[in-house]
Amino acid sequence: MNELAPLTRVYPVLATAPPQQSVRPPRTAGFRLPFRLAWRQLRHEPARLAAALSGVVFATLLIFMQIGFKNALFDSAVLVQNSLRADLFLMHRTTEALWRSASFPRARLAQALALPEVERVTPLYVANLPWKNPETGLNRTLLLFGVDPTARLLGFHGLDDAAWDAITRPDTILFDERGKPEFGPIRSLLAQGSFFGELNRKRVEVVGTFGLGATFSSESNAIASETTFWRIASGRNPAQVDVGAIMLKPGADVAAAKRALQALLPDDVIVFSRPELAQFERNYWAKVAPIGFIFGLGVAIGLVVGCVIVYQILFSDISRHLGEYATLKAMGYTNGYLARVVMSAALVLAVLGFIPGLVLSLGLYEIASAKIFIPLHMTIPRALFVFALIFAMCVVSGLIAIRKLRDADPADMFR
Amino acid sequence: MNAVEIRGLSHRYGTGPTALTVLHDLDLVIPAGEIVLLTGPSGSGKTTLLTLIGALRAVQAGSCRVLGTELAKADERTRVALRRRIGFIFQHHNLLGFLTARENVAMALELDPDLDEKERLARAEAMLHAVGLADKVDAYPAMLSGGQRQRVAIARALVHEPGLILADEPTAALDSKTGHETMALLQKLAKERGRTVFIVTHDPRIHDIADRIVAMEDGQLVQPATH
Repeated sequence: MNELAPLTRVYPVLATAPPQQSVRPPRTAGFRLPFRLAWRQLRHEPARLAAALSGVVFATLLIFMQIGFKNALFDSAVLVQNSLRADLFLMHRTTEALWRSASFPRARLAQALALPEVERVTPLYVANLPWKNPETGLNRTLLLFGVDPTARLLGFHGLDDAAWDAITRPDTILFDERGKPEFGPIRSLLAQGSFFGELNRKRVEVVGTFGLGATFSSESNAIASETTFWRIASGRNPAQVDVGAIMLKPGADVAAAKRALQALLPDDVIVFSRPELAQFERNYWAKVAPIGFIFGLGVAIGLVVGCVIVYQILFSDISRHLGEYATLKAMGYTNGYLARVVMSAALVLAVLGFIPGLVLSLGLYEIASAKIFIPLHMTIPRALFVFALIFAMCVVSGLIAIRKLRDADPADMFR
Repeated sequence: MNAVEIRGLSHRYGTGPTALTVLHDLDLVIPAGEIVLLTGPSGSGKTTLLTLIGALRAVQAGSCRVLGTELAKADERTRVALRRRIGFIFQHHNLLGFLTARENVAMALELDPDLDEKERLARAEAMLHAVGLADKVDAYPAMLSGGQRQRVAIARALVHEPGLILADEPTAALDSKTGHETMALLQKLAKERGRTVFIVTHDPRIHDIADRIVAMEDGQLVQPATH
């Protein structure tokens, strides 16, 4: 003990080198231990974890709302199209969407009858007209459908034989009971029997209801017979129709009939099958109207904001614990192991932030459906899709933050 | 068998005319089981020597053989593997603040895939008993005194039975009494287990724990100051 060696230089005494010990190469540990380390680190500072999670919750909420509104828009935009009971449809070449359709000559429908597969044809008229709220006297625009009541073309909820029969009388309409409340307490007024109202400054009798609901193109709807429609929508030429509905004989080949019709008819009209009609309307909202783009942008902004917040948290966690990370490197932990720690933290943030985000979104979906009458539906594929986005967001943030790990130089731990 | 064998080791920082040579053609042998203390003024190159032995820096010139592994021209993979067989004690304890004393010590064992969690915690706890912290196994570093933290660090450096323990100014953050107690503890544990220890220090009060003292000046080993 306490033996001091007064050497000017310490000379090696061994002539032969010791046998090379086998050095076990660093084995790749699994994800379990890095994950546990990340979790312990996050858990140790609950306030910071809460701050990080609130960022993820916010991003989740924002994305759910944007996607919810976007899909509600698309669903509601094709509600009418999906309720039409016909096989093929004619629309004018320049029509962009149902609510702003360009009309075409009614004669095209008569021409279509020449095709042997066609059983019958019926026209559909649409017009945006002001309805005067019977209680407040305020005008609000609704979408009026004019259709032959005997054709049973519209398949909206609540349209039974009695309702169709009721509007065969002149100057009567059916009113959308799922429309916005600004149109008046239609249902309670009808409880005392039919009542009179003012549509496009014409006196009409409301004799029944149906259920369609507000869409992005109309806040409420009404149905009238063709003759009533022409009287209310003054200035409309009965010989010009907006949509032509074609019912084929049972067993007819829809695709073949469509091709035959398109060849038969002048090219001022386009022939659509029902799925094509719905897709056409969808495309309008997604592409022609900037709405699809706006909601897409909303999703992107939610992701960017979430990325920035998660990155900030991960980056500052690494920066504040740079000494600890360098210590672990000195102890033989690999960069890959520490990268897995960071990615585990990102995963924890994604999962723990997504769950409350999902719950809050469900609540907001309920509120949106009840208060603004735009039905938002949470579906499992949508929830999975948003989780995938949030997860990707956290992974990207983690990958960017990992670059900071290179600053953790174990040699710096000795100074 | 020697734990460390250094021959003709040179090291410089930077390149060209501004390059600073910190180690000049150094030779040093540390036999297994010996406690060697390296002293010298700041800037003499002793920390550089420590980081080279600890496989934390790439060897530039000469031979540096640690625990049988030649570090000249060794790749990062080899160096990481070697570091796992070394116990490090830092100037500041460098414990992970979010882990308890036991979990901190067990971190040195988590790189060994042959151990399960139960075994790791048992060995960590036994090591904490050995450094006199039986009642602090579940304490976080923030709840411990400076001396207790450094003792946890010693437990962490010893628990995976390393062939070599490297310490850099281990008493710098401690008062003289605690510093000496801590180093005496390290000496006792190292001797009981036959571990090799290499300590870089300024602190003359801990010279008595060394088997041998080596002094360094301007990148060369010289005769140590007299005692």
